[in-house]
Amino acid sequence: MDFQVVILAGGTSKNLNPLVSKEVPKPLLPVANRPVLYYVLHQLEQSNLKDLIVVVEGEDSALLVGGWISGTFVDRLHVEIAAVPEDIGTAGAIRAISHHLTAKDILVVSGDLVSDVPPGAVAATHRRHDAVVTAMLCSVPVSGPSESGSSGGKDKTKKPGRYNIIGLDPGKQFLLHIATGAEIEKDARLQKRIVRAVGQMEIRSDLMDAHMYAFKRYVLQEVLDQKDTFQSLREDVLPYLVRSQLKSEALLNGIPQAEENGNEKVRSQNNQVMVSRILSNASTPSFHELCSVGPDGSAPIQRTHKCCAYIASSSSYCVRLNSIQAFMDINRDVTGEADHLLSDTSSDRNNIVGPSPKLGTKTTVGPHCMLGEGSEMGDKCQVKRSVIGRHCRIGSHVKVVNSIVMNHVTIGDGCIIQGSVICSNVQLQERVVLKDCQVGAGFVVTAGSEYKGESLARKEK
Amino acid sequence: MGAQKKGAPARVSEDAEELARHPLQAILLADSFTTKFRPITLERPKVLLPLANIPMIDYTLAWLESAGVEEVFVFCCAHSKQVINYLENSEWSSHPNFSVSTIESHNSAGAGDALRLIYERHVIHGDFVLISGDTVSNMSLTQALQEHKERRKKDSNAVMTMVVKKSKHSPITQQSRLGTDELFMAINPDTKELLRYEDKAEYSKGFISLDKTLIADNPSIVLHNDKQDCYIDICSEEVLSIFTDNFDYQHLRRHFVKGLLLDDIMGYKIFTHEIHSSYAARIDNFRSYDTVSKDIIQRWTYPFVPDVLCGNSAIKVERQGTYRASEVTLSRSAQICPFTVIGQGTKIGNDTKISHSVIGEGCSIGSNVTIEGSYVWNNVTVEDGCQLRHAIVCDGVIMKSGAVLEPGVVLSFKVVVGKQFVVPAYSMVSLLQQPTQQDSDEELEYADSSSGTVELPYVNKAITGAVDKVNGDATSDLSESRYGPTSELGTGGVGYIWSIFEGGNDEEWRHSVAPIPSDKLAKIMLEKHEDEELLTQDGNVVSPSGDLKSDSDGNASDNNDDEGSYVSFEKEVEATFLRAVLENHEVNNAILEVNGLRLSYNLASVDCAGAIFYSMMKWAVESSHNAKASELHKNAAAVITKWKKLLKYYLHGIDEEIEVILKFEEICLESCKEFSPLFPQVDDEI
Repeated sequence: MDFQVVILAGGTSKNLNPLVSKEVPKPLLPVANRPVLYYVLHQLEQSNLKDLIVVVEGEDSALLVGGWISGTFVDRLHVEIAAVPEDIGTAGAIRAISHHLTAKDILVVSGDLVSDVPPGAVAATHRRHDAVVTAMLCSVPVSGPSESGSSGGKDKTKKPGRYNIIGLDPGKQFLLHIATGAEIEKDARLQKRIVRAVGQMEIRSDLMDAHMYAFKRYVLQEVLDQKDTFQSLREDVLPYLVRSQLKSEALLNGIPQAEENGNEKVRSQNNQVMVSRILSNASTPSFHELCSVGPDGSAPIQRTHKCCAYIASSSSYCVRLNSIQAFMDINRDVTGEADHLLSDTSSDRNNIVGPSPKLGTKTTVGPHCMLGEGSEMGDKCQVKRSVIGRHCRIGSHVKVVNSIVMNHVTIGDGCIIQGSVICSNVQLQERVVLKDCQVGAGFVVTAGSEYKGESLARKEK
Repeated sequence: MGAQKKGAPARVSEDAEELARHPLQAILLADSFTTKFRPITLERPKVLLPLANIPMIDYTLAWLESAGVEEVFVFCCAHSKQVINYLENSEWSSHPNFSVSTIESHNSAGAGDALRLIYERHVIHGDFVLISGDTVSNMSLTQALQEHKERRKKDSNAVMTMVVKKSKHSPITQQSRLGTDELFMAINPDTKELLRYEDKAEYSKGFISLDKTLIADNPSIVLHNDKQDCYIDICSEEVLSIFTDNFDYQHLRRHFVKGLLLDDIMGYKIFTHEIHSSYAARIDNFRSYDTVSKDIIQRWTYPFVPDVLCGNSAIKVERQGTYRASEVTLSRSAQICPFTVIGQGTKIGNDTKISHSVIGEGCSIGSNVTIEGSYVWNNVTVEDGCQLRHAIVCDGVIMKSGAVLEPGVVLSFKVVVGKQFVVPAYSMVSLLQQPTQQDSDEELEYADSSSGTVELPYVNKAITGAVDKVNGDATSDLSESRYGPTSELGTGGVGYIWSIFEGGNDEEWRHSVAPIPSDKLAKIMLEKHEDEELLTQDGNVVSPSGDLKSDSDGNASDNNDDEGSYVSFEKEVEATFLRAVLENHEVNNAILEVNGLRLSYNLASVDCAGAIFYSMMKWAVESSHNAKASELHKNAAAVITKWKKLLKYYLHGIDEEIEVILKFEEICLESCKEFSPLFPQVDDEI
């Protein structure tokens, strides 16, 4: 498939302080002891999309990410790493690497997407409709503090957050309206023109833009060139394309001609229309085509383009790691209900323990847990619904519940850790009690201290 | 399984019991409270107008009977006597298990008044069907009723079920079929609850905005542009009391439906029931009259078609959808084309061609006449050589030989068209003069019904008297000819051509019987596009959080807002100051006034100081017109000393002083160059 994949991996995201640092940029944050980027790359590999550009914010982070990728996917993927300055937004990032883009279609994926939706399906939808943009939509995840059996009921009563307001056509194939960001809190304003053209529009607030888009390359590049105020793909470029789908502006005029070389252009365009119609199984022309034709069937008076949606089935897993809460949720889900994402680990037990754990006597590791290789635990420890990284040294009488412990963490005797994230190289001395805390990399928590709901990190030098 | 079996019959019997207790009732509004059918409705109520030679109300009543309604209350207002007489003399009064009773009113201005009156009568017990007498349908009510009742059991706030039908969604077909306005409905696809109903009234925008709470409450909403409102409602008893509580509700849709949807205190809900294969349409204007007539002739409304409704086979259906009543005298050379209805006792002459038309009873049509897509009612005389295209010709009209009706013409009762006269397209012709008082649209629609009951002043005689004075200047100016009706309709013609309603200039073709010309359709299309383009542009500029723009732009527009309000604040302050100067106000009063302004604009005292200083300087400049530097300075100094206290009041700290100096600089730079030498001096004063 002539698809180029751009992975926007991000850098040191502020949302995730203190979890990310110079040493561990966001793409390398461990989810079930693997960098989060692994999940995206793995899915792409499965879909046979192997021509990738990974865009990382900041040179240092880029080096780290590049190192990891070349180590992990050495022969399997063709990956370029591009470093872009920080805070230029997703649109800016694409602009910065625009000269690398050569394929006909570009798949843009966020590097923090943990999902089992095949990117290939999105690409196929895009191709089938000959769309300008195809966005993947997934149902809104129910986020919340770790669901235990008892609190499960409570979580269901909680209203899921709203991320997008999305308008779809009756066939749920085309994206007719999208509201993002601040617009969600306002009254939705729907273009009558589009409703009129389609007849009925379904407005959903229970879907979320998963930040995986397939773009036509020339359209994407045109839009980014001409609208230099656009900052974000999600909040600017996509809504713009959706809004103008029945009235493509000048920027789309003439471009196809320039793309196709010479005399074949008209025929190939017609063919494309036909092919897309056949592929999308439609005996009648879509509303885009109807709309582009004048009232008496004369020459097109309006230029249109298609914006498609690929809606992930509700059973699939699709979450973005963009907050600490999401980080906790994803870790929990990946070791728990969504463990098929860890495709290569064959475990018939419901917890995953690394190859050489050294467990003390009377230490229990509960279900939905993960224990990295080379980690040691003392006597009478309890681990429940937690992930523990590699080469951790955990003393005796330690309780770890609903928490994530990264690599090389030392936990002294008698510590109790609940609902917390402990980053790499942290040292917890004896009898530390942490509840709902985040401890930044390399931090040392002194003996006997108790924290609740705090974020602990070393001072930036 | 057993439990279910037990449950099912129990429930059925319960339903049956309920039904037994309350026979299904219906309210039929025999007045649409609109003026769309004028001038015809000045002389006859709309529900009695013939539709394929059968009064409309018969279709509605027949449907109600077939749908299981047992008791119908016919509400008549305009021409109530005619309606009552008709019903009394018709067979409806003698049907078993189907009682039709009339409720008469003379001063109801709308459906709201009608329902309030019915409420006072206490005749409705339970759910009822609300319908207007101009609705043709063959849908089955059973399912809709059942849905309604089940919803009622769960939620007593579900007061109404509206019947909707899918239509083709293009604005062109909507216009060309029923001539109705575009309608947007937001419906919850799971519960079928109606969430939004938007018709022409708030049509001006290119956007529909859905309230955020709606979206929050309903994860999925379907916004329909492809549904047509059938104006058949299943209502609960509460509807009547809601109308009574909200005494300003008149229009069923515009007031009642929208009112309920907006009102979140009572929490009443309206649901929709979609029909798929059955027919339902309301005759709202001439356009839909044409469409529905054709649908009837083509038997979409079966069993409610002329041959069935007439019962004892007085009308026979022949090949290609022609209906012929008994005793039709047809010349051998006359040509009756498909989809035509010819009423009893009509005579048709040689070489006459009739296609897609309805000819009433007792008409006599001469030779060489062409009738195409027209509706000729009873006892009409069409002499030789006339041509009728897409026209409505009411009872008793006489068309002298060679007269021509262009598309869209409506000839009201007993009009006479002169020899060889060509009635221009879209004309409305009546024996009655056009009512002169015309208020805004809204008023008109309601005012009409009460005035509609006025007995017809038969101006006939006056006109026929004038006939003799015919001088045949058919081309004379319309306004002049208003007083000489004969000249309006050619030699021997009788009737007034109504001037077109205000603002109706480009509307006439929308609602007319004649099909919409294709260039008009193209125009609608283009208009829509242009509309949108303007609006999308607007949208891009206006929407502050910027569909198009990033956040920074949003802030900028906010600033603009502030700027705007500051400018108007400055103006207000200036005005206040000038008033104070001219009327010699106390300084304290001026301070009070300025303070008031400051609070209402929510600005800081810095801004006040700036604004006051600005107005002082301006006053100084204006009071010394010849602008000599020294005089100007003197003036300025005088003004400043006089109003020092006012200014001082706002000069609390260094910030304000700086602001004033900056302002002064601004004034110097911008408007009055002459100030510049004074800069230091004025500075000192402060």
